[in-house]
Order: sequence, then C-alpha cells, then structure tokens
Amino acid sequence: MSKKDIIICRCEDVTLEEIHQLLERGYTNIEELKRLLRVGMGPCQGTTCMQLIQREVSKFLNIPIEEVKTQKVRPLTMGVKLNAIKEGACDES
Amino acid sequence: MKASYVIIGAGISGCSIAYNLAKKGVKDIIVVEKHYLTAGATGRCGAGVRQQWGTEMNCRLAKASIDFFSIAKDELGYQGDIEFKQEGYLIVAVNEEEDKQFAKNVILQNSLGIPSRKITKEEAKEIVPHLNTDVILSATFCPTDGHLNPFTMTDAYYQAAKRLGVTFLFREEVKSIVVKNDKIEKVITTNHEIHTSNVINAAGGYAKEIGDMVNVAIPVYAERHEILVTEPVEKIQGPMVMSFGMNIYCQQVPHGSFLMGRSNPFEKPSHNIESSWQFLDEMAKTVCTLLPPIGNLRVIRQWAGSYNMSPDRQPIIGTTDLPGFYVACGFSGHGFMFAPMTGLLLSEIILGEPLTIDITDLHIDRFKTARDIVIEKSVV
Repeated sequence: MSKKDIIICRCEDVTLEEIHQLLERGYTNIEELKRLLRVGMGPCQGTTCMQLIQREVSKFLNIPIEEVKTQKVRPLTMGVKLNAIKEGACDES
Repeated sequence: MKASYVIIGAGISGCSIAYNLAKKGVKDIIVVEKHYLTAGATGRCGAGVRQQWGTEMNCRLAKASIDFFSIAKDELGYQGDIEFKQEGYLIVAVNEEEDKQFAKNVILQNSLGIPSRKITKEEAKEIVPHLNTDVILSATFCPTDGHLNPFTMTDAYYQAAKRLGVTFLFREEVKSIVVKNDKIEKVITTNHEIHTSNVINAAGGYAKEIGDMVNVAIPVYAERHEILVTEPVEKIQGPMVMSFGMNIYCQQVPHGSFLMGRSNPFEKPSHNIESSWQFLDEMAKTVCTLLPPIGNLRVIRQWAGSYNMSPDRQPIIGTTDLPGFYVACGFSGHGFMFAPMTGLLLSEIILGEPLTIDITDLHIDRFKTARDIVIEKSVV
C-alpha cells in the first residue's frame, strides 16, 4: 500500500507520507510535527495517532520508542459544548 | 563555536531578526532555542493580525507588517501554506467611552492609511450575522486585518534564514552570558560555549531573565493568557470579533475551528502556562453572550502562553546600555503580528542603516525619563 494512502491521523487526515517527509526535513520532535501537520490536534486529541507517530519517529531516529516524547496532554479529555459549560456555571452560582 | 550575533529565542521575532540580518549579508548568526521552533508565545498565540490600534506607533508597525505578510510566501520562498486571510477585524464598542475612543482611533488609523471605518451595530450584523447586537453600541471594521498561521509563518522565516546560512541550536538553553569590561565575551548554553560580542534578546516570556544575566534591567514580566479551540465546522464567520470591554477575541480559522481567548485581570506575573477551569467558565459565558450560536460548538482543547508585558503595552526594540546587547521584547501579546517590522527595524538599528519607521520611541530608555509614556489601551 502506498504511503500516501495510509492515514495516520484520522481526525486531520494526515498520511504516513506527510509524516515521513517532515521527518526527513529534520522535524523529529512530536511537538513540531503536531504544529506543522495538525496531528493530534483533532477531536481525539492524539489518542488514535500518537503511538503510531511515536513508532515512526523511533524507527527514523533508530532509538527505543520509550525515548520518543509524546505531545503535552491538554484539557479537555473529551469535547464539551460551550453552552453546557456556560449552563453548568449558572447552576453553580 | 564562534558567532557574529547570538539570537536567543526561536519564536517568530528571533526568526525574523535572523532572516533580516542574514539577508543583509551578516554571516555566522546562531539562534539558540530552549525548546523547539515556536514553543513559546508564538506557537500559543491567537493567530490574528490587525492594524486597528490606539497609538500611532502600533498602527505604523502593524500596517507595515501586514503589507509584508501579504507578500511573505513569495518573499521567503516558502513551499507550505501560511494561511494568510484578510477578512477583517470587527471590534465592537460596548459602552459610551469605547464608542467615543473608537471614533478617535479610526481617525488616527485612516490618517496613517489604514482602511478602518466606524460602523453601526446593524452594519456589524451584516458582516457577522450571528453577532448579538443587544450587547453592543457600535463597532469598527478594518477589512485588511486578518489571520495567519503562526507555525507555518515562523517556519517560513526559519527555512529562509537557514538557506541564508543561519545556524539554529534547538533544545539548548542559555545558562549565562560572560561580560568583561562592558563587552560581551561569550554565551554559555547547556551544550556549547559560543564566542561572540553581540547578543539579541528575543526570549519572549523570559526576556527579563536574559537581561538579568548581563545586568540590563528590562521592565517587563511574563503574564499567563489562556485560549481555547473548538471542533472545526463549515465557515460561518469571516472576521475576528473582538471586544476590550467584554474581554474577548474570537475568530474562525481557515481550518474551520474557532479560536478564542480572554485575559484574567487578576493574573499575577509568573511563568505559569497551565490551563485553568476558571478560564473555560468565563470564556464560555462571554462567547455565548456575544456570539450565541458558537455555544453549540464543542471545546476540544485549551492551552496558555506568556505575554511579555511592558509598562506601556508597546514593544521595546533597540540597543541597551551594554554595547552589543540588543532587545526585542515587551510585545504585550502582539509579537506575532509585528514580527516582520521587528526583524527589519532591529537589523537596521544593528547595522546602522536608515530606519524604515522611526522607532526611537520604542527604545528601552523611554522608561528612564520622566516624560509621560503613551499607553496602548486597545489590548485584550
């Protein structure tokens, strides 16, 4: 299967080919890949793609996967509507 | 290692300074960055670029910067997409004082060639149909303000600078700067000793700490500002909507997500960039009041970054009392949108060239003298 047909980040439609292109250009930090490709920035927040990307970085740099730092985990853990947040705040006051 | 100039910080300011110096023929420039490209304020900003300011200096810097952004892709020879979009900033007035001040701002902006205009709330609703006009009095609109992708824009400067021979050292922290007899001798990082006589402080939130290393007191501090992003949806909003009185900025980026932020008036100076639930709470209330349908969107992520605050909310750019030590800091939340001018003007100062815009008033010495400083009030 061609690398451009393999989707790594399903939220943002990022292919294995795009990841490999950036690795070859020297962007080997997951935070950099995230900012330039939007991997891990979609609704799943990297829970689907991050391990796959770690594996690609590990293979590319020839280092153990546990040495490849993942992205900073940020809130929220799942999508919540702004209205729900607002209404929750009113109930509390 | 040896360098003609060491630039501290690989945010957009540092990258723009490096590019502009290299383009003018300076060799052996080294940029030192503690983390990775755009790790600090640049990569955390709201991605807006505007010209609607309340001080003449900020208007001039912003206009010239937007003129550059419109040709940046070709000028820097960038393969990627900087996502420059000019669909305006709609700044709403929510009280009489703002209404009057904005009328004055528009006169100033127009006199400098910025095509902003004062509009009624009905006209504002034509531009942003989901705007709640019950909570506003009037607005100003400038159609050539807009949006730009902070990551790719910085990458464009970075790649252009690298092609011109600039060296970038990532994941290296500056630990000290050795000065002898009022002369810089070297910069010591976690991995290298770099011999140099010139250091440029573009360290954003950490600009004060870098100044302290050479006993140059810079009157700036870091302040946390929070921001969030929603799920992407079809395009419904062209311009950035902003209110100083309600304390909100909110735009839909080309990707489809809505980005929004507000300040916390009680925030204390610190390097804290953690997210808070209080921000989420206040942000939700504010956006649901001003732009009600946005309440139906899901928040998927929130984060924070540091503004580098100066006493007058205007940048500090230029030389200092220590020969060879230059500063580009104190942007107070607007370093991204001024970066083209920061790089150009500081390179002109360093090389002793005539200035494209007279920025004598942005020199650090303005805080030493007793005369009144002009404070920029158009800040969220």
